[in-house]
Amino acid sequence: MHETSAAPAVVHGPPTTFLSKHVFSLDHKVIGLQYYTLALFAVVVGMVLSWLMRIHLGWTNAAIPGLQALSPNGAPGGVMTPEYYLQLMTMHATIMVFFVLTTAPFAAFGNYFLPIQVGAEDMPFPHFNMMSFWTTFTAFLILVTAFFVPDGPPLAGWTSYAPLSAIGKDAGPGQGTGQVIWAAALGVFCIGQLLGSLNFISTVLDMRTKGMTLSRLPVTCWAWFITSCMGLTAFAVLMPATILLILDHVAGTSFFVPSGLVLNDQLVPHSGGSTLLWQHLFWFFGHPEVYIAIIPGMGIVTHVLITNMRRPMLSMKAILYSMWALAFLSYMVYGHHMFVSGMNPFSSLVFSFPTLMITIPSTVVVLIWIGSLYGSKLRINTASLFALGFISMFVSGGVSGFFLAQPSIDIMLHATYFVVGHFHMVMGVAAMFGIFSGTYFWFPKMTGHMMNETIGRIHFWLTFIGTYCIFMPFHYLGWAGNVRRYAAFTDDFLKPLIPVHQFITIAALFTGAVQLLFLYNLIHSRFRGPAAPANPWEGTSLEWIMPSPPPWNNFGGKDPVVYHDADQYGVKTASGADYIMQNSPEQALATSEGD
Amino acid sequence: MATTLPPPKIEILPVPDRSGNGHVGGGQNLIPDVANLRVAQQYSPPASSSAIWVGIAAICMSFAAFTSALIVRQASNDWRHITLPSVLFLSTLLLLASSVTLEVARRRVASYMLGADSNIASPRLWLYLTLGLGLLFVAGQYMAWLQLRSQGLYLATNPNSSFFYVFTALHALHVLGGLAGLLRAIRKLGNATLRRSTLNATAIYWHFMGVLWIYLFLLLWLKI
Repeated sequence: MHETSAAPAVVHGPPTTFLSKHVFSLDHKVIGLQYYTLALFAVVVGMVLSWLMRIHLGWTNAAIPGLQALSPNGAPGGVMTPEYYLQLMTMHATIMVFFVLTTAPFAAFGNYFLPIQVGAEDMPFPHFNMMSFWTTFTAFLILVTAFFVPDGPPLAGWTSYAPLSAIGKDAGPGQGTGQVIWAAALGVFCIGQLLGSLNFISTVLDMRTKGMTLSRLPVTCWAWFITSCMGLTAFAVLMPATILLILDHVAGTSFFVPSGLVLNDQLVPHSGGSTLLWQHLFWFFGHPEVYIAIIPGMGIVTHVLITNMRRPMLSMKAILYSMWALAFLSYMVYGHHMFVSGMNPFSSLVFSFPTLMITIPSTVVVLIWIGSLYGSKLRINTASLFALGFISMFVSGGVSGFFLAQPSIDIMLHATYFVVGHFHMVMGVAAMFGIFSGTYFWFPKMTGHMMNETIGRIHFWLTFIGTYCIFMPFHYLGWAGNVRRYAAFTDDFLKPLIPVHQFITIAALFTGAVQLLFLYNLIHSRFRGPAAPANPWEGTSLEWIMPSPPPWNNFGGKDPVVYHDADQYGVKTASGADYIMQNSPEQALATSEGD
Repeated sequence: MATTLPPPKIEILPVPDRSGNGHVGGGQNLIPDVANLRVAQQYSPPASSSAIWVGIAAICMSFAAFTSALIVRQASNDWRHITLPSVLFLSTLLLLASSVTLEVARRRVASYMLGADSNIASPRLWLYLTLGLGLLFVAGQYMAWLQLRSQGLYLATNPNSSFFYVFTALHALHVLGGLAGLLRAIRKLGNATLRRSTLNATAIYWHFMGVLWIYLFLLLWLKI
């Protein structure tokens, strides 16, 4: 009999060397932590870039110490040129959107907790998983090199519209090498995301443990599954776009460069490309991307709230269907970024309609959260505070979307600070709050130590107030006509708004400084925090049955058996606890029976 | 007095290991819902069987993006039709033949693994044949490029040729990946670690390369 050798019962063996344990690890938990560390580093870089931008906007002629050393051409005497402002803005946005908002809620927490929550020992393709992290890391390194090439990073924005992004170095500093580096970094990032999404989908479909039917999956698993389905299809469209952009730069092709373009009194030799094509390709990816950034946060917030409310959501099915609806509709709305691009105005109507429709599932989710919170005795801890903050930010940032969804209003608001305020509140703050909530919630499990609760609450309140102070005024600025992506407000109608910008800058610097509290808490608690029990929050899902931190093979070689969904809170049990863990065969007592 | 319910009775129907990988993987829904005492079957789909379709979906999306780029770009007024290099007809036949040889190889491997046939040379030969035909296909693509070059059509000559090179190059890159997968399967067959699910996934991917090429070939023939 030439039957193949029996497949190994374990997905991979225990790590033996230092490299296989901490660097090139096949363990999904280590990979998740690596992603988290990458996101942490990236967010610091992105924040510093934003501070530089904000200082310049508030005090345009101020010399920023050290900036000339970073870029003598971009900041002679420490005063930023307008081009350098745009270069910093491009890198700020690219780093934040890709390496923080796509990485932390999805890749970091998802890699760590998805296999655990489905009851698996690891993901089915650990080598692909390891490659996905190192590919993402390589993409980050490639992107950062753009700072150090002679002309600097690109200045076309993270949206990188053609023809500015496609015609090469004559378009401005950084548009030659810097733009190619940017496109290459994004292309490599796409590969990392595709490998990761593959693993996530296969884990949910094929690695669930005994008894873990799809209906018993915790909401976070659904959120990661939906996000990975979106990531698979969206990033698979960004990669072709970046390939075509690179070819336009290095191979003389003309995918995005129109004919008849005159630059610096010279006819650009390309011909016949379509600038609108870039926008279509980019935004077909770009809109699902922002839902990729927010849906894991929604899952985390739901999970944290259920655990802390000690009762299930009013309707988990509605939340799940809404998340699927968000994912599905996100592919149909992308043209709302292009209302004023010159495409047929009728198509604006066609995109505006699903954009307004997509507010419905978002609202359903928010109403279910709020309705479930009503009358609950929510346990207040830093994780639940950030979850509440997420709801607040998501609503505040989301309602401005109602305005932007309508082409007639968008004509006035497009490319103003109104848009910047909208997406910063939903992505820059709400999604970040989701990351914070997840961090405070799962830190005990990941490290075996509790975070300092007092510092955590101070961090929350100061960040909450600080981010409102930063981003709410953006909406006012937008209505007042403040154009975005301007390095200085020298027009007469913009000059009176400079004091608002100065206020925002001070708020931004203050809020940035507050994050040092978080960093301190993170690092100090990792080493000196009080020991964490296995289940500090009395949660029901499978991550709480293992010790903190979990061993390399999660469940110690024994598959858990699941009897319930993750919503068994607020139940009466024989043992007196108000919850039943997913792997417990205990049944809830019927409440009609007395005693 | 409050009572707890005993765990529900479970009936497990044994299912043969069709996947050939020893029931590795999850999906073992042995414990039915309390409210629904339906009978659960023990069934573990191997992870690679769904993963390969996920990968194929991603590749389809990429080529769909390129196709839409082609359609938009065609609308410009500098579109000049080019004649498809004749070698492509031959290379298409070679790729389709390689799908046939791969299916023959799969059947030979299956009968070898079940012990019905103890000759490893035959399945290995057919796998190598598939590999060879795949390599010939890639060589045919390169010859097509040479034919275009001889007509003075390079990557940036006109938008038509740009898309031709981009489409064929990307497809060839994915075919090279498929060849690597075939090599891996041959190596594993040799040292008796080949799982049926691995061969199935490799075969699905390889057939997809054929289907994708037929689509691209028709696209290039009719549109370019």
